[in-house]
Amino acid sequence: MNTSQTPKHDAFVADRLTCIRGQRLVFTDLSFTIAPGCATVLRGPNGSGKSSLLRLVAGLLKPATGRMTWAGADVAADREFHRRQVRYVGHQDAVKPTLTVDENLRHWAAIYGESRPTKAAVRDALSTQDLTGLADLPARLLSAGQRRRLNLVRLVFSPGHLWLLDEPTVSLDAESVTRLETSLREHLDRKGSALIATHVGLTIGPHDTVELSPARQLDEYDA
Amino acid sequence: MREFWALVRRDLVLARRQGSAATSVAVFFILTVTLFPLGVGPESALLGRIASGVIWVAALLATMLSLDRLYQGDYEDGSLDLIALSPLPLELVSLAKTLAHWLTTGLLLVLLSPLLGVLMQLEGSAYLTLVAAMALGTPSLSLFGSIGAALTVGMKRGGVLVSLLVIPLFIPVLIFGVGAVGAAADGLSQRPHLLILGAIFMFSLVLSPVASAAALRLNLE
Amino acid sequence: MANMHRFANPARFTRISNALLPWLTGATVAFFGIGLYLGLFVSPPDYQQGDSVRIMYVHVPAATLASGVYAVMAIASAIALIWRHPLADIAAKSSAPIGAVFTLIALVTGALWGQPTWGTWWVWDARLTSVLIMLFLYLGYMGLWEAFDDDRRAAKAAAILALVGAVNLPIIKFSVEWWNTLHQPASIIRADGPTIHPDLLIPLALMWGGFLCFFAVVLIIRMQREIVARRIHALQTLYVASDGHAVA
Repeated sequence: MNTSQTPKHDAFVADRLTCIRGQRLVFTDLSFTIAPGCATVLRGPNGSGKSSLLRLVAGLLKPATGRMTWAGADVAADREFHRRQVRYVGHQDAVKPTLTVDENLRHWAAIYGESRPTKAAVRDALSTQDLTGLADLPARLLSAGQRRRLNLVRLVFSPGHLWLLDEPTVSLDAESVTRLETSLREHLDRKGSALIATHVGLTIGPHDTVELSPARQLDEYDA
Repeated sequence: MREFWALVRRDLVLARRQGSAATSVAVFFILTVTLFPLGVGPESALLGRIASGVIWVAALLATMLSLDRLYQGDYEDGSLDLIALSPLPLELVSLAKTLAHWLTTGLLLVLLSPLLGVLMQLEGSAYLTLVAAMALGTPSLSLFGSIGAALTVGMKRGGVLVSLLVIPLFIPVLIFGVGAVGAAADGLSQRPHLLILGAIFMFSLVLSPVASAAALRLNLE
Repeated sequence: MANMHRFANPARFTRISNALLPWLTGATVAFFGIGLYLGLFVSPPDYQQGDSVRIMYVHVPAATLASGVYAVMAIASAIALIWRHPLADIAAKSSAPIGAVFTLIALVTGALWGQPTWGTWWVWDARLTSVLIMLFLYLGYMGLWEAFDDDRRAAKAAAILALVGAVNLPIIKFSVEWWNTLHQPASIIRADGPTIHPDLLIPLALMWGGFLCFFAVVLIIRMQREIVARRIHALQTLYVASDGHAVA
């Protein structure tokens, strides 16, 4: 469980972000800061743009206006650096059914530039979500909850700096949620940070909140 | 660069595990070519004359049919999101996946082409050129195909549209590929054709990652 | 907001184009009217081809403008991708069907001209082949616009296709020319026929002007329609997003 790059202890700042998807203004003028060691929770009704914000911070979506910085350095100027910092967990689990649980994890580690992990390291990571027993089984046998847990183990394996979690507790039972909370706490203790959208109560300890309200929908073709 | 090869290796492993993909390309290729003697009659002279055209068109079609394997699977289970967020730039991601695609599709076509030459009564002097031309041309097919696949990834009815997008790009490869083999069969110089195939390959090597990455970025929003 | 100019332009375009529309329509009618009259009745028949040469007055302008419209589409696409001007992708989208129809007219009139003149409906020379491929590119372009639900993404995808196609067309033309020199060295079918006599030049120029003005008129109408359609769509999205409660 070693990263190819020591985590930078820098604050992530979002400055007046605006997001437009299709013809819809999803949110506008959103600003917040996430300091190292801090978790920020996204709150807002359905459709208020929590998923869009997470994808935007990840870099899959470009903001219509506004910018994001790491300790003052613009994300747009060095997107590769930004990608090395963030880890995204979306609605899907990116688990390949024809690979074993162990292989799924190893392939992600390799694609994310981690050096080749030892068998022990893989087992250790899997134990954070109690999946060690399934390590050599093909992932197609896994249930939805188990796949989500495997996706979360990916975070532990290659932690990066900023975790972007979109409803991480979906399909998880209570024990798995507790395990996630442990991993999250350890990540924050190591001066990592997290931006989380969650409906289900995830006990995170002291955290910041960002409220997203359904923005005024902008009609682009107003005369 | 380590990440690049990791991605290639992953796609190769997935292709091998998912099994049927490579075999179905091979089977389609052979079956399609087989249809022609059945359709136009077994007369050797006629078959020999149309051999290179038939083999090339079949290779084009086989490549086209295999294109949805390139991005669709990763798109559907959310892997493409994560790959796009890896340190590797999207242009290199597309190149890596296209390379893996060629290794499991184009390369197979290159290796099978002499066999199909026999079935189509291809002139003896043309076999070496056939393999060389296919080796130069099939990578371009995968590269151009990647553009079409990237533009239509995630579309429900994308299949037919891909053909419409990709065939115009395939045409120069077809023309010069057939030209090379035809020249060899007639005892003329195939060098200019092969050189142009090489140039088209260089061109596609530059165009494809850029256009594919732009299209992927678009579809991942 | 940094993008305020986006909101001013469609309205300004509609005002200016509405002012131009009657003039362009009049010009179209005049050009076509006089051009067709001169071309079909006044200009002399060709000493070899007879009256069938008159198809040229439709075929040649349609063919050149088919490529011209593609160039317009490609340039508009480039502007849309690079400078993000909101009217650029509307212009590109609106030109495509017009270009496709011109291409179809060029192909059909070419076939109709070819049969009495050279005895064949079709021939695979470089020009005709690349015009046929251009038709497929137009169709693919239009298909791509329809395939996306989100207009912004459709615009970017279509722009990518238009630019890739713009590079591809000359390559195809060159490839087929090469191929033809190997296979049909004797083929010298020239779609513009013998040297153009001045008596033929004036009707041809008038028809060319007519096609051009026709393109401008239809383009403006289509663009205005597209702008309105997008406004309606935006209002609908607003309405749906508010569960049916919002008032425009």
